Amino acid sequence: MMTTTTPAWFEESQQRALAEYDALAMPSRKDETWRFGNMKQLNFEGYTPEVSSDLSYNIPELPEGVICMPFEEAVEQHGELVQQYFMRREARLGSAKFTALHKANVKSGLFVYVPDNVKVEQPIEVSHVISGAKQIAFPHTLIVTGKNAEVSVLDRFASANQVDAGLCIAVNDLIAGDGSKLSYCAIQELNLQSRMIQVNATEVGRDAHASAFTLNTGAQWARNEAISLMTGEGAHSDMLACSIPSGTQQYDQRTYQHHAAPHTNSDLLYKNTLYGTSRTVFSGLILVDEGAHYTDAYQTCRNLMMEDTAESNSMPGLEINADQVKCSHGSTSASISDEEIFYLRARGIAPHQARRLIANGFSIEAVERIGNDRIEELVVEAIDRKFASI
Amino acid sequence: MNSETATVKQVAFEKDDVGNFSFPESHKFDAGYGLTKDTVDYISKVKDEPAWVNEFRHKALKTFESKPMPTNWATRDLENIDFDAIRYYLSDGAKPKRSWDEVPPEVLETFDRLGVPEQERAFLAGVEAQYDSEAAYSNVKEALADEGVIFVTCSEGLKEHEEIFRPWFGKVIPTGDNKFSALNSAVMSGGSFIYIPPGVKVKHPLQAYFRINSENFGQFERTLIIADEGSEVMYMEGCTAPKFETATLHSAVVELVAMKGAKIQYITVQNWSSNVFNLVTKRGLAHEDAEIRWIDCNIGSRLTMKYPGVVMKGERARGEVISIALANDGQHQDTGAKMIHAANNTTSNVISKSISVGEGRSTYRGQVHIPKHLKGCKNNTECDALLINTNSRTDTYPAISVKGNQHVTQHEASVSQVSQEMLFYMQQRGISEAAAMSLAVNGFINDLVSEFPMEYSVELKRLIELEMEGSVG
Repeated sequence: MMTTTTPAWFEESQQRALAEYDALAMPSRKDETWRFGNMKQLNFEGYTPEVSSDLSYNIPELPEGVICMPFEEAVEQHGELVQQYFMRREARLGSAKFTALHKANVKSGLFVYVPDNVKVEQPIEVSHVISGAKQIAFPHTLIVTGKNAEVSVLDRFASANQVDAGLCIAVNDLIAGDGSKLSYCAIQELNLQSRMIQVNATEVGRDAHASAFTLNTGAQWARNEAISLMTGEGAHSDMLACSIPSGTQQYDQRTYQHHAAPHTNSDLLYKNTLYGTSRTVFSGLILVDEGAHYTDAYQTCRNLMMEDTAESNSMPGLEINADQVKCSHGSTSASISDEEIFYLRARGIAPHQARRLIANGFSIEAVERIGNDRIEELVVEAIDRKFASI
Repeated sequence: MNSETATVKQVAFEKDDVGNFSFPESHKFDAGYGLTKDTVDYISKVKDEPAWVNEFRHKALKTFESKPMPTNWATRDLENIDFDAIRYYLSDGAKPKRSWDEVPPEVLETFDRLGVPEQERAFLAGVEAQYDSEAAYSNVKEALADEGVIFVTCSEGLKEHEEIFRPWFGKVIPTGDNKFSALNSAVMSGGSFIYIPPGVKVKHPLQAYFRINSENFGQFERTLIIADEGSEVMYMEGCTAPKFETATLHSAVVELVAMKGAKIQYITVQNWSSNVFNLVTKRGLAHEDAEIRWIDCNIGSRLTMKYPGVVMKGERARGEVISIALANDGQHQDTGAKMIHAANNTTSNVISKSISVGEGRSTYRGQVHIPKHLKGCKNNTECDALLINTNSRTDTYPAISVKGNQHVTQHEASVSQVSQEMLFYMQQRGISEAAAMSLAVNGFINDLVSEFPMEYSVELKRLIELEMEGSVG
């Protein structure tokens, strides 16, 4: 444990963020970005920022030049780099007030910088354990890849116990330099008393490939906001999520695919498997800027309704201002058909097991797109843990 | 305001506004500019309405004043509506004739190209106050009356058929549904009231044309159609030919009620001139086994905001919206559909096709709602958009809310353009680029156009050809 001396620029930015937090209004039902949202979940009375954070890092052997360290240390040792990339884009999907609070309080997380032409083969893994009642954790993940660099990072969020109601306001900035490959995965397994707000901002440079995946199985309520900005020609962004709410869990997901350059493509796949009286909201928007011709953008949200009491809300949107664009979005909600169950039963599989198998297969489809064996394995384990608990 | 004849010189409000032209007109009744309690009383007095209607209007006016404009989701163009610069009631009592010289040549050319009959042209261009359809449709009218069909203006309906009219009036679309339905409720004039008795299947499509000496296309028309058990009716409003208007705000409310097993088809072809704000609320209530279909085609206006809806209240009710929108330079077609499932085994279908030409913008906005404890509801939504030019714009904003696991919903949208290969293929066969483009666009919406009655679909195709002219090359 080292004592850190926070640089002046960072302290100033934190003060500015706090003023911004105070100035911003709480989101209201009338905000389009909170449509169908559950505003009751935004009552954080009596919550205080956590005193200490519990993070463990599993860092593979790193090639020379790669910077990988706790976020707070990076602020001190690599101030210039952090300052250049840290939360430089506004949160436009509704949680600006909470990201301001994050900015004002952040003191833990991960910073990764991979220089030009360097490839990190093994994923970097970070585990966040949230503890203490009514405490707010503010973990930050900042990943920057140079030209043609490659890296993959996994964040896992869990609670120390099953009773403490915590709140986690996590922000991740992913900046994929030209020609680089950046893969990020978040596994959220908080306890059922806790809440989570996760805000992602991805920037994809020329011919770069970014992939961001979120798995939600825990928390009583989780809000995910993901923005992908494609800034250079040939940029490709994969936005993936898999959520398995049960009981009274609620997940609220908002996405934004922003094509600012021609010849870019983005592909979004969000899969929800709903049990009990759980509720999901998906709101996605594809924005193709003027001049961003030859864009291919796809957006798919699929809801598998496992029980009659579950509720899904989908708002897949498109805004196209360019020509020579191929865009589509699709959203479906349905349950497992009797034919599918019959097919498996005919092969001697019990009905409840058949349903589990189908739900599992449904979820795995998004996981397979991650394209990293080690991360996929960990995600599948988390999915299995969830199904085993239902 | 109370003078019997007021002559008002309409001033073109924007020189470069397409389709906008001015001419002197005088009206027998004119409520003047702006909207106050006096305006409402004036309309009530002129129309000689019963007290309950006057009360209804006043209540609606209060609602209108208290409701905010749609803000965070709607286009900012709405801010350009100046409610004080609008005349809310003009009676056609002694509408003078416009001279043919005052009709712009483009309009005449369009009439020629579309093959609009001479008589209709005069009416559409405003040369004649009313389209005289007495001779042509008197047989139909007689046949309808024999079957007990009521087909009158809304004002007649509320006075002469209060016992049928009143129970459903304002029930499908309550006054406070939105700011513009409240506005309509306060100053409504024109529109139709139709009642189809049980079991009667009306063979001919009913058109607003049939009625004579009535306010045909009102600024604030109010229509209520009730189809009693097992009856069927098709209603058509608007026409493919451009309708030249000087009033800049149109805000209609249309309510449909389909009783058990009834079928209503409501067909709209909207081709207002491009200075018009067209903000319309349309909703149908479908009881058990009933079917309501909205077939909606929007080609004109500056801004159209219209989301026909169906509330499926009875088991096995069916709702459908078929929508075609074409947005050219300076136009924004913000259309869509609203499907509210409120009973088991109800099904709904939405098919929307939009075309954006030049700097036109088309938007699809939809809502599908399946609440708790229902079983076997199905929804299918498809919206396809075609972009013609590099600066064309299209948006899609659906919202689908499903509770429970015994339903099936699917939504799909795609955006594309006419491929170079397709154009090349046709050009190779000696078809000019412009003609090829227009063929491709007609092909895109062909399956929907065929849903319209014959004469409409032919005209629609010609109209789209016309709109597409000059968009390429």
